[in-house]
Amino acid sequence: MMNRYPLWKNLLIVVVFAFGLIYALPNIYPNDPAIQITSDSSSTPVSERILDKANAALDKAGIEHFGEQLINNYGLIRLQKNDDQLRAQSVINAVVSELDSGYVVALNLAETTPAWLKSMGAGPMKLGLDLSGGVHFLLEVDTSAAAQQKLQVFSAEIRQKLREEKLRYRKFQISEDDSLLIRFIQEETRDQAHQLIKKDYDDFLLTDGQQDKYFTLSLRFSELKTKEIEDYAVRQNLTTLRNRVNELGVSEPLVQRQGRNRIVVELPGVQDTAGAKRLLGKTANLEFRLQAHAKTKGGSQRFKFKDDQRGYAELEKNIIVTGQNVSNAQAGFDENGFPQVNINLDSPGGKMMNRITRDNVGRELGVLFIEQKTRLKTQIIDGKKTKVPVRTNQKEIISLATIQAPLGNRFRITGLDSPAESAELALLLRAGALAAPMHFVEERTVGPSLGKQNIELGQRSVAIGLALVLLFMLVYFKMFGLAANIALTFNLILLVAIMSMISATLTLPGIAGIVLTVGMAVDANVLIFARIKEELANRMSPQAAIQAGFERAFVTIFDANITTLLVAVILYAVGTGPVKGFAVTLSIGILTSMFTAIMGTRAIVNLMYGGRKIEKLSI
Amino acid sequence: MNTKTNIDFMSKRKIAAAFSVALVVLSVASLLFSGLKLGLDFTGGTLVEVGYSAPVELEPIRQQLENNGYSNAVVQNFGSETEILVRLQQEYKPELGDQILATLQKDSTATITLRRSEFVGAQVGDELREQGGLGMLFALLIVMVYVAFRFQVKFSVGAVLALAHDVLITLGVFSLLGLNFDLTVLAALLAVIGYSLNDTIVVSDRIRENFRKIRKETPLNIINISLNETLSRTIITSLTTLLVLVTLFILGGELIRGFSIALIIGVLVGTYSSIYVASNILVALRINPEDLALPVKEGLEVDGMP
Repeated sequence: MMNRYPLWKNLLIVVVFAFGLIYALPNIYPNDPAIQITSDSSSTPVSERILDKANAALDKAGIEHFGEQLINNYGLIRLQKNDDQLRAQSVINAVVSELDSGYVVALNLAETTPAWLKSMGAGPMKLGLDLSGGVHFLLEVDTSAAAQQKLQVFSAEIRQKLREEKLRYRKFQISEDDSLLIRFIQEETRDQAHQLIKKDYDDFLLTDGQQDKYFTLSLRFSELKTKEIEDYAVRQNLTTLRNRVNELGVSEPLVQRQGRNRIVVELPGVQDTAGAKRLLGKTANLEFRLQAHAKTKGGSQRFKFKDDQRGYAELEKNIIVTGQNVSNAQAGFDENGFPQVNINLDSPGGKMMNRITRDNVGRELGVLFIEQKTRLKTQIIDGKKTKVPVRTNQKEIISLATIQAPLGNRFRITGLDSPAESAELALLLRAGALAAPMHFVEERTVGPSLGKQNIELGQRSVAIGLALVLLFMLVYFKMFGLAANIALTFNLILLVAIMSMISATLTLPGIAGIVLTVGMAVDANVLIFARIKEELANRMSPQAAIQAGFERAFVTIFDANITTLLVAVILYAVGTGPVKGFAVTLSIGILTSMFTAIMGTRAIVNLMYGGRKIEKLSI
Repeated sequence: MNTKTNIDFMSKRKIAAAFSVALVVLSVASLLFSGLKLGLDFTGGTLVEVGYSAPVELEPIRQQLENNGYSNAVVQNFGSETEILVRLQQEYKPELGDQILATLQKDSTATITLRRSEFVGAQVGDELREQGGLGMLFALLIVMVYVAFRFQVKFSVGAVLALAHDVLITLGVFSLLGLNFDLTVLAALLAVIGYSLNDTIVVSDRIRENFRKIRKETPLNIINISLNETLSRTIITSLTTLLVLVTLFILGGELIRGFSIALIIGVLVGTYSSIYVASNILVALRINPEDLALPVKEGLEVDGMP
């Protein structure tokens, strides 16, 4: 009974320990408060010159700074003090925006991980919003609206088809429950239409019916198609949101789908909730249409001017191009200093624009600005007051100007109220349109002071909790307690290392999970040590008792930990945000503690007692 | 210190059973009649937390908000006299946090900072409540299957009833004391399931081992011996866990307080239930050595053939 580990086991433990140490290390380098300057277009990249200007401005304002650098396409300036961050942002913003409106100046936290650690792929844990401060949004995509839009497109097609086949219908109606109802006078016509639609469209579920004296045909998207439409809408919105968030210049944003029709957006460090929200939720679009005149075919529509004093104008129903054909848009000023947006169209858009304007020189071209606004309105459903999102489509003319010469794929829009509006319109056009409207179902803002306080409290709890457990183990189990303590510290390092490696997000409940792991991780050691004591009491020799203790306790430890791990996995599956963070820490903690408490402690105990004759154990 | 305990736990099992039943009934009654004070995460609503540079009275703040059109605002301290939590009825606007801040700052000489503002839609809250409950039931089910597979069905009944006992009593304490039940408390409750299960499995493991080892004792005595043998481990682990939980309770700050309270109660109840509830049920189900006999390996001879 020698109780010695083979060389490979000892080596394995040393390697794992070294690996843990390296990957946990980046966490002890605190981040520097920093200012990040990004450019929102490739034509005006952030240059040394911009950085120099910003530096000079900071010097002038008396803000201490250092280590400015250009990384890829953005500039970073580090600050000495946290409290200077907001002031530095406004100072830099002032000088930079004089040069070009396309620069975004944002707050950032710069990593200070040394280069040699970075080269091994090591980096610190990410902090959750409750620790870093920032905004969290949960948006719900109105998938029903997406289905209705799609239904509208189909409805035009089917109408055309019925006319071609000379099947006389009375009325087309898209109802609230996302179905299309067509009325016929004769049953026979209805049945023919049924056959026709059934043959050409396999995305619909068709139901025949009767209403008053009419025969009806109701079209509804199949489950599969509905899912496809919803999926597309959510994915499209996700892409658009990502673009918009990128334009905000936030460092490490999170834009992620959650469940069937929700999107989570997390913006660490952002405090201006209102601004961020306005940009994210907006569904602006443009339509270019000719002004209606006597010979207009296909009907006309009356629209209000955005500028109230100009009243109304009549535009053609035909749309030349929409905002979706816009390939680039830049805010700027015209010769008279009024805000304008320079627009580039993609090639189909440019061709279309050219063809129409070529034939209509001298007529007026109108630009419609469409804003989809979502409001929560209180309605009474089933006797309960419920808030329902109500969409309103607001279309206003922002410009109506005479076509002087055929237009190509580059032109400009004027008639905007302010530089802020032109900048926003340019941004929205660039970032793309939303496929379906969204509304906010959850919103959380955590101030920077609270985040900082949470980190401090968390660190202190871990430190003191750990110290108390270490002390207790040492007093109660003496030398074996020391072995367990070394293993426990090793466990903590390993836990942090793995969390950093998989770039898990550390939240406040996550820290609580670490503290809990510290308390529970000793359990395995307690089980082993209690068993050794028992075997000693049964008059087993010390070496044999060590061997038996580790061996017999293993099954118990395994069973107990596996069940806890199962619970942690379920917790991860049902939880959101911070709770997920807790589940992750708990699961990793269980795995690492099994390794350290069983193998780690054994190795240390073997080093202490193995391979020699002993009379008594210090346990 | 090799003090071998020899406590006759099982002689008091009827008293313990009565005690447990009483606690569970009380908890369920409280849950039914006064319910849980659910946090924003579950109910939906709007909340703004602000920090003052000096301690403040709550009543003037209530007045101030009332005068500025924020009717029915619930104002309370959050952890300290300088931290104020405002829960609002009205519809959420993104500027609300700053507006409240400005309203309060107007009549105050202290510096006020916005700590956080939260809005949760009613529907999101409903879903979370449903998910949380389902998650809990699912966890119990999985545990039951695992324990039945690794041990025996009687053990799995004992383990699951012990878990339900712990969860119900922890919830009951939250209901009785009117403590705020939020998302972190739900997480703690699931951690309680994990912890209590850990404890119960360790005891069950020893009972199984002793049933196979000791043949001439009555089941009651074997359970008693097993409980005594695992007692020091049960107490030490509970102690170390409680050490860190109390640290967390005192130092972790207000946001994590509910979490630590739930776990402290859970660990205390869980320790008790691993001694009394799970084993009591084993006795009630008349556990016997045959239940735990190692399966006779009939295929052994066949395997031995070339």
